[in-house]
Amino acid sequence: MGIIIIFTSIFSYLLGAHYIANVEIVIFIVLIIAIVLFIISYIITRSFERLAEASKMKSEFINIVSHQLRSPLNNIKWTFEILTSKELEVPTEKVEEYMGNVEENIARMVELIDDLLIVSKIEQGRVPISKKEVFLENLIKDLIKRYRIFAEASHVELNFYFKEQASPVFTDPSLIKLVVENLIDNAIRYIKGPGKVEIKLTMENKKVLFSIKDTGVGIPQKDKKYIFQKFFRAENVLKERTRGSGLGLYVCKSIIENLGGRIWFKSEEGKGTTFYFTLPIK
Amino acid sequence: MLNVCMFKCLYVCMKTILFIEDEATLQKAFGDVLQQKGYKILNALNGEIGLRRARSENPDLILLDLVLPRLHGFEVLKKLKEDPETKEIPVIVLTNLGKMEDINKAIELGATTYLVKTEYKIEEVIEKIKKIIG
Repeated sequence: MGIIIIFTSIFSYLLGAHYIANVEIVIFIVLIIAIVLFIISYIITRSFERLAEASKMKSEFINIVSHQLRSPLNNIKWTFEILTSKELEVPTEKVEEYMGNVEENIARMVELIDDLLIVSKIEQGRVPISKKEVFLENLIKDLIKRYRIFAEASHVELNFYFKEQASPVFTDPSLIKLVVENLIDNAIRYIKGPGKVEIKLTMENKKVLFSIKDTGVGIPQKDKKYIFQKFFRAENVLKERTRGSGLGLYVCKSIIENLGGRIWFKSEEGKGTTFYFTLPIK
Repeated sequence: MLNVCMFKCLYVCMKTILFIEDEATLQKAFGDVLQQKGYKILNALNGEIGLRRARSENPDLILLDLVLPRLHGFEVLKKLKEDPETKEIPVIVLTNLGKMEDINKAIELGATTYLVKTEYKIEEVIEKIKKIIG
């Protein structure tokens, strides 16, 4: 495309010089033609880039979904084969354990499908939002209760700091719950060994500020710009944990932005990460 | 006394399988089945531990998943086949990846056979194991 612009510029200069006496006007016309061609080439290049990106996303989607669904599906299939086999003897105490495995694997598949459905709604711009007055501290307290056992089992201290009597926020509680769940889950999951997660809720200029700080693996510098991208999983996380769709943070960002807020993070590899989001009170 | 000796002999004579798999529930359930079939099972939940156990315990067979934390299955396979101590151990790749390029790569690296989990029943996998180590 660059060669075309150069040749067109030279050709239009020669043509202009032949018919127009004023050199300044000729140069001006050549400049305009070059700029127009440059803009067109930029648009074409960007379109190809977007197409390539879309195609890459599509293949990543197929890879991730097929692998992340196949694993629990196979676990269920083999567990049922064991339970129903006439040749194998399954002790009674094992039956309960195996049924527990089945339940866990079904939950994994449901979680992935739920994530995919919400992503599809986000992409079509039709996330159903149902706003009402929400006391975020109560919502967070409930979630912390739910995550307490997981945190203790992972040797993670989970603390929540907030100002009493904070104003209610006019927002969608089920969507906010999804965001906070994702952030707490990530914070606990990516701490290696004993660690700490601190959640804070404060008010700032008609906005509520939520922060969640962990002492986890952190995000490598080179991965920071991709962290909210769909299907992206940071290299250090992928190395430690093969499960995961890379959809959680993309979902969080889309929801917060749909609710009129902003989400961002600060992170240092090996030391930890803090995710923040703001939401308008009204 | 004789019984104890016989039991020890049976245990020592049992074929050992190292199962490198990050799905703990699958590892446990399939491991139970293999034990019932008379094999001694060693487990590893990631590639690094798997490689270490293969070197230290010299199993008769390795069941190797590919998508593994710490060290990818292909890396494990490559290192196993480069090491004179472990290169003769037969490796069955047992994975959910079913692309032709993955199958070819595993076989090129020295895998004895390649099984896509969802395409096989447990009994069929056991048959493949029996064929290789008896």
